[in-house]
Amino acid sequence: MAQNGLLINYQYCTGCHSCEVACQMEHKLPVDQWGIKLAEIGPWQISEEKWQYEFIPIPTDQCDLCADRVAKGKKPTCVKHCQSLVMEYGPVEELAKKINGQPKMVLFAPK
Amino acid sequence: MAEDIKKNAQEEEFVRPDFFRESDVKFTGGDKPWRWKEDGMTVTRTAAWAAPGCHDGCGVLVYTDKNGRLVKVEGDEENPFYNGRLCIRCLALPEVEYHPDRLLYPMKRDKADRGKNKWQRISWDEAYDIIETEFNKIKGEYGPESVVFSCGTGRGTAPYLVRICYSFGSPNYAYYLSGASCYVPRIAASNTMMGTYTVPDCSQYFIDRYDHPGWQPPAVIFIWGNNPLVSNADGNMGHWIIDCMKRGSKLVVVDPRLTWLASKADLWLQLRPGTDAALAMAMADTIIKEGIYDKDFVENWCYGFEEYSKRVAEYPVEKAARITWVPEEKIRRAARMMAQKPVSVQWGLALDMTKEAIPGSLSVASLWCITGNIDIPGGMIPTHQPFNIQTWNPPDPKEMLPLDVCEKRIGGKEYPMYEYGGVVLSQTDMTVDAMLTGKPYPIKGNFMLSTNPIACTGMQPETKMLKGFLNADINVVLDVFMTPTIMACADIVLPVATFPERDGIRSIYYYVQTINKAMEPVGECKSDMQITYELGKRFNPEAWPGDTLTEFFSHTMKEIGMSFEETREQNWVYPEYEYHKYENGKQRFDGIPGFNTPTGRIELYSTLFDEWGLEPLPFFEEPEEGPLSSPELMQEFPYVLTTGARHWSYFHSEHRQISRLRSLRPDPLVEMHPKTAAANGIKEGDWCWIENRLGKVKMRAKLSVGIDPRVVNCDHAWWYPERDPEKLYDVFEANVNQLVPAKFGRSGFGSNSKSLICKVYKAE
Ligand code: SF4
Ligand code: SF4
Ligand code: SF4
Repeated sequence: MAQNGLLINYQYCTGCHSCEVACQMEHKLPVDQWGIKLAEIGPWQISEEKWQYEFIPIPTDQCDLCADRVAKGKKPTCVKHCQSLVMEYGPVEELAKKINGQPKMVLFAPK
Repeated sequence: MAEDIKKNAQEEEFVRPDFFRESDVKFTGGDKPWRWKEDGMTVTRTAAWAAPGCHDGCGVLVYTDKNGRLVKVEGDEENPFYNGRLCIRCLALPEVEYHPDRLLYPMKRDKADRGKNKWQRISWDEAYDIIETEFNKIKGEYGPESVVFSCGTGRGTAPYLVRICYSFGSPNYAYYLSGASCYVPRIAASNTMMGTYTVPDCSQYFIDRYDHPGWQPPAVIFIWGNNPLVSNADGNMGHWIIDCMKRGSKLVVVDPRLTWLASKADLWLQLRPGTDAALAMAMADTIIKEGIYDKDFVENWCYGFEEYSKRVAEYPVEKAARITWVPEEKIRRAARMMAQKPVSVQWGLALDMTKEAIPGSLSVASLWCITGNIDIPGGMIPTHQPFNIQTWNPPDPKEMLPLDVCEKRIGGKEYPMYEYGGVVLSQTDMTVDAMLTGKPYPIKGNFMLSTNPIACTGMQPETKMLKGFLNADINVVLDVFMTPTIMACADIVLPVATFPERDGIRSIYYYVQTINKAMEPVGECKSDMQITYELGKRFNPEAWPGDTLTEFFSHTMKEIGMSFEETREQNWVYPEYEYHKYENGKQRFDGIPGFNTPTGRIELYSTLFDEWGLEPLPFFEEPEEGPLSSPELMQEFPYVLTTGARHWSYFHSEHRQISRLRSLRPDPLVEMHPKTAAANGIKEGDWCWIENRLGKVKMRAKLSVGIDPRVVNCDHAWWYPERDPEKLYDVFEANVNQLVPAKFGRSGFGSNSKSLICKVYKAE
């Protein structure tokens, strides 16, 4: 079976935590455990008008790619609730093609 | 043209500035069910509108199990407003629902025990009986105006609160924030100046949203004085900005702090807190001097351009740069970006939270007027309550009370502009003063609906507002959880249902959706609507038409042409949206082209202000304390203090007891530059005191290079639900309002709560 993953366009990830909390709720995780966790990079100043300030959500070992939901034809809950709509689920091969020269893309294959 | 309109306006006896001709229903979601079964669960399609928190009304699906218990909340992908996305507060709702600290029953407490955790459970009937008897006693002895009815931020409860207020016979509907300095000033300024309120066009009026043929993304979006991603200010979803950015919109961010949006902006103007008006006028001056304003629009649709030009010429870029700390070149660039088309401005609370909020708001709003960015695709679009439904805009006092009673509204005579804010309020500060001094008359009772002023809006609370409440004979408070306000002063507490537990109507702008009860309330909770309806009927049954709450809902939404149940079947109901309405008469109540102002034009020079004895043109006033106005005081309190920044987890003072949300921001934070921290011996995570002339509060240090070393920023509305109730959950230790003076501007609106001064030092 094709390997599935999460493609994230982190150019527009605002750090809103919706992916984190949606995942915790779906998987009934305690408040100090995550299926996906944000990394915060910055802020620091690169040049006069340029800043480094990013968030990137990183799936953990507790991410099962929402197997139960996907089996019922639904999107993973993080993908569905992402407020910037920057997450996509699918076969890694297809997702890799979607990167296609775009900046700030990251593809995770947690399983 | 102007003469025609004046005559018409006089003939028309009474026209609310916030009421509009509504076009017909254009889109609905009637092809979809509002309830169905899935996986052995019941799914109820509804809208998330307080309680708890928030008045954005995102579309949600509430999942309940066969025992009727809430399982989860998911976004509703079919709902055009937010397409299934959710913020963490709705996602975490199950914890709110079954939280052990929820208020479950009506309770009373002996007046002698105020401040003590000594509550006695009572029945709803007993609670209503006590309220009715005590309020009527006050009415008999002092008059109905001696009971004040208040609620928190406009969350759909205001119209019900106002209706019970007027049913009882009191004209005093209050919102306990000094100078009503949240949103109302911007609405009042807009309504006065252009006879409407305008919002950025992010395609929200169309169900096909970004694919809608007539829509185009703004070329530039200004984010001015708010962080809309986190706050979803005023019913506009912050992440719509992201949607527009993906479609090519450029950003200009006006903010003292480097928000995430500021870091992505094409231009970030890091201004000194409280100087927005000076910045806006310098931009206007640049636009006019460079001749890049929309001459045609100004000529045909604006009034007073000459006087306005002279006024903004008092703020040349060089002068504004000194005042605002924004470099001259950046002000000029911002002005040129403002003069493009289409431009949208997502403005926010920072404008309201200056003492001269009204001239400040005028100075910013006139920018999108002189550039002709009104009512064009991707520009600033006029908006109002769809179908004039009374779910956000309350009834006008004149519709329900005799004129002599209306005239007793506190501050009504002194501040005529309070008629224009979309809600007719008592002037907050004068109301609190009345509680303390008994003038113009004593305040003997308070009915507070889901509001927690001691932790949230009450400035100088220990010294002022709380004393006022304690002067009353009876305080009734309705809420979801125990709060510092209830603990401090309530005699009767009524437990409020959450949105999955109630029916209701969601209608802040753009479209209408019914809120559909998905489960029975926990304990004996009732919705705010149910409580006001039941109690209100005791005071004046005629004011609450209909034999059931649902019939009453149908009455308040009658302009939609459907009953509550019929509307429910439609899921969402949008009126037709049309651009350029000022050209075809649809922007005015009388059908004459133009804007709903006395001159029929956008009044850059306000004839109404003139009439009210207020300055008719925008102006800037220095914050009372600061580097330019009180340099000597700055020796002791060397930093500019700004407050009120939002965190994803919290809606104002709410949600501190929700563990999942709290874990993301466990403590109140004071944000400062590493240089500022070093100069004061402070390290990341240290507990610090922030202190000024009024008092001190304790917060944890967060260092960031995204804030000017001369500025510190404090979280707002903090209290600790886990701490001692009889110490009011240490609200006075954690709450930055201790440092905020309650003083308001000339119009009765505005107060400086984001432009103060302070010192900061490590707590031992
Ligand atoms: S795919 Fe599912 S399990 Fe994995 S991070 Fe997203 S929500 Fe969590
Ligand atoms: S939900 Fe989306 S925007 Fe929000 S933090 Fe996660 S990836 Fe980023
Ligand atoms: S903004 Fe957040 S809390 Fe408010 S309705 Fe939408 S999802 Fe719920």
